[in-house]
Amino acid sequence: MGALASNQLSWDVLQFAAFLVVLLAATPILGGYMARVFSGHKTLLDPVLRPVERLLYRLAGVDEKEDMDWKRYAAALLVFNGLGMLAVYLLQRVQGVLPLNPQGFGAVPRSLAFNTAASFVTNTNWQAYSGETTMSYLTQMMGLAVQNFLSAATGIAVALALIRGLVRRSARGIGNFWVDLTRSVLWVLLPLSLVLALVLVSQGVVQTLSPYRTVQTLEGGSQTLALGPVASQEAIKELGTNGGGFFNANSAHPFENPTPLTNFLEMLAIFLIPAALTYTFGNMVGDTRQGWTLLFAMLLLFGVTLAVAYTSERAGTPQLAALGVAAPTAMEGKEVRFGIGNSILFADVTTSASCGAVNAMHDSLTPLAGLVTLLNMMLGEVVFGGVGAGLYGILLFALLTVFIVGLMVGRTPEYLGKKIEPYEMKMATVGVLLPAVLILLGSAIAAVSKAGVSSLLNPGPHGLTEILYAFSSGSGNNGSAFAGLNANTLFYNLGIGLAMLGGRFGVILPVLAIAGSLAGKKAAPAGPGTFPTTGWLFTTVLAGVIVVLGALTFFPALSLGPIVEHLTMWAGR
Amino acid sequence: MDCTMRKHFSRGLILLLLFTGLVGLAYPLAVTGLAQLFFPRQANGSLVSYGEGESARVVGSALIGQKFTGPQYFHGRPSAAGEQGYNAAASSGSNLGPTNPELRQQVAERVAAVRAENGLPPAAPVPSDLVTASASGLDPDITPAAAYVQVERVARARGLSPAVVRRLVDEHIQRRQLGFLGEPRVNVLLLNLALDALSGPGPTSGPSTPPSSGR
Repeated sequence: MGALASNQLSWDVLQFAAFLVVLLAATPILGGYMARVFSGHKTLLDPVLRPVERLLYRLAGVDEKEDMDWKRYAAALLVFNGLGMLAVYLLQRVQGVLPLNPQGFGAVPRSLAFNTAASFVTNTNWQAYSGETTMSYLTQMMGLAVQNFLSAATGIAVALALIRGLVRRSARGIGNFWVDLTRSVLWVLLPLSLVLALVLVSQGVVQTLSPYRTVQTLEGGSQTLALGPVASQEAIKELGTNGGGFFNANSAHPFENPTPLTNFLEMLAIFLIPAALTYTFGNMVGDTRQGWTLLFAMLLLFGVTLAVAYTSERAGTPQLAALGVAAPTAMEGKEVRFGIGNSILFADVTTSASCGAVNAMHDSLTPLAGLVTLLNMMLGEVVFGGVGAGLYGILLFALLTVFIVGLMVGRTPEYLGKKIEPYEMKMATVGVLLPAVLILLGSAIAAVSKAGVSSLLNPGPHGLTEILYAFSSGSGNNGSAFAGLNANTLFYNLGIGLAMLGGRFGVILPVLAIAGSLAGKKAAPAGPGTFPTTGWLFTTVLAGVIVVLGALTFFPALSLGPIVEHLTMWAGR
Repeated sequence: MDCTMRKHFSRGLILLLLFTGLVGLAYPLAVTGLAQLFFPRQANGSLVSYGEGESARVVGSALIGQKFTGPQYFHGRPSAAGEQGYNAAASSGSNLGPTNPELRQQVAERVAAVRAENGLPPAAPVPSDLVTASASGLDPDITPAAAYVQVERVARARGLSPAVVRRLVDEHIQRRQLGFLGEPRVNVLLLNLALDALSGPGPTSGPSTPPSSGR
């Protein structure tokens, strides 16, 4: 029995290692490619994509040479996202009279349609609905999947604007939003999605426009198989760190994630662009070590959370063991093909990266594994984080870190040669703290109101965790859920809808303001007193700042939720 | 400023429409076309049939678990998809937390049922996947251990030798993909199809209403 258990441990660790090795190998390849794409250099895809790009600009009247200052850039971004949100809302309201609706679903109710529109525009993909019983094929394709592309492209655009702010000297412009958006979709998201979608289909992910199919089962019962254009949406759902599943069970559903190989590729797809963007950043600022330093800070935090969550899940649930259930006991809400190891790796990846796809039900995780998924979101989604959002998020923390270190040694803080002054610090503080405020305020209101508490499935401290999880997921633009909470109520649809919008645009605007301010500055040459922002020292201090800030903000709430539950569970109650 | 906002508005609207056409329509339709051309079986749900030639009928998907309750079939995992379980148009887990008393009670009932059905001694350990609800409610697989626990019962119900049934289970264990990915597992529907091919649909074929130990 002991040999069997340690054998399982080796298999799991082998798979974790394989995942990280493939990820690290892919990082410079895709990262270098993206640096070429966004610096306007030639790439292999140009002969096909350049004509399409030019056509799009001509039809829309975009001047690709225009260089926007940060206010224009922000205005274009807000207008575009506002229109996108309106489109998703309207599409849901009128889907009943539109084609590609073989199941004949009616209009989505107002508050749910608002929540879903906010959710997909902010790259959150929180789902207060169940896909296979609510959304028509047309809504899934032309509403939700479109925002999967565009919200991810918006994230990349903001990250690029911040990089340009750091690189440019005495400049007003930080780039062109329309160009950044278009090139992100055409050169990065679309080709990767196309390839991944076809690989997924080859493994069994469905891709059809036919209606659901009813069969007589082997035992003579009746079973209706929900189908749909799943693979095309599955690919961008992961690559864009969106996370909104075609089906209610998301990536646990065998038609979304049928084999261990699809599971491996889906996890890889979630981390792929956020990891590669750190390399793109290093490349564009002219020192790839700057990018690797950020990536290793992310990996450090990821390794710790994975170890904690995996240990907790392997220990399982003592109450079930006492009933005569053989190890591994923690199989409630997990699939046999993934087991404990791949379920926990997926859970850690998806909550680190603000993706929110799930291949196991997080509500049924053991308390400390649940805590890890929660903490990942509370730390601000900067451990890899969302596409683009993770990079600009961790850059905010990098600014905080050089500021704190600067205070300690009594020098003006600098990052990449740019002086960090009170204006940048104010904006960085807003960007880091606003999501935290939204989480704590939202949860507090929910925990003391009847409308908030009546949606809980599980009693006791686990119920509080359900509420905390919902607002962390919304504010952090993650979108995964402790799905026992009935989130499709007026209170949660509006509350979490607003948290998602605040957590997204309340961070993007300060980031663009910082980009604009930094772009205007001269570069100061590094002196002997300049704190180096590469190497292990900076990696460790950066990771430390992220943890300390998160821990200070959320420790009280976490103790009342998952920590109490962990202690009572092992005390046998 | 007004003029700038108007320009943003018109550019944004046109680009939104163009991208909707490109990634909302052209992209999924292209994937559908290619998928139907190169991988038609997988793209349409990996359907499996029972019987030969004229009498063949589709009995489900190789990837989607279905409900088995008769003693002559191997049983899958408890399911929280839909009221009756295994509703493939309403995928869902139970979402019960690890310390929820309701979970403990459900598991206790399932443990007792598994021991009773399979003639196990009162303190025998029970494979966890047989007594916990899957994430999707549609898990097509069980662990090899969960299959072996059921061998004696299935063999008795079909009048087969346990060795024959055990060998059938052995043959249906799917190893780790590419040699290291995922967990070893047994697809319940495919195993039961092989059983029927071996010895017919068993003594109580057709819809059966057994004791409700499914959930």
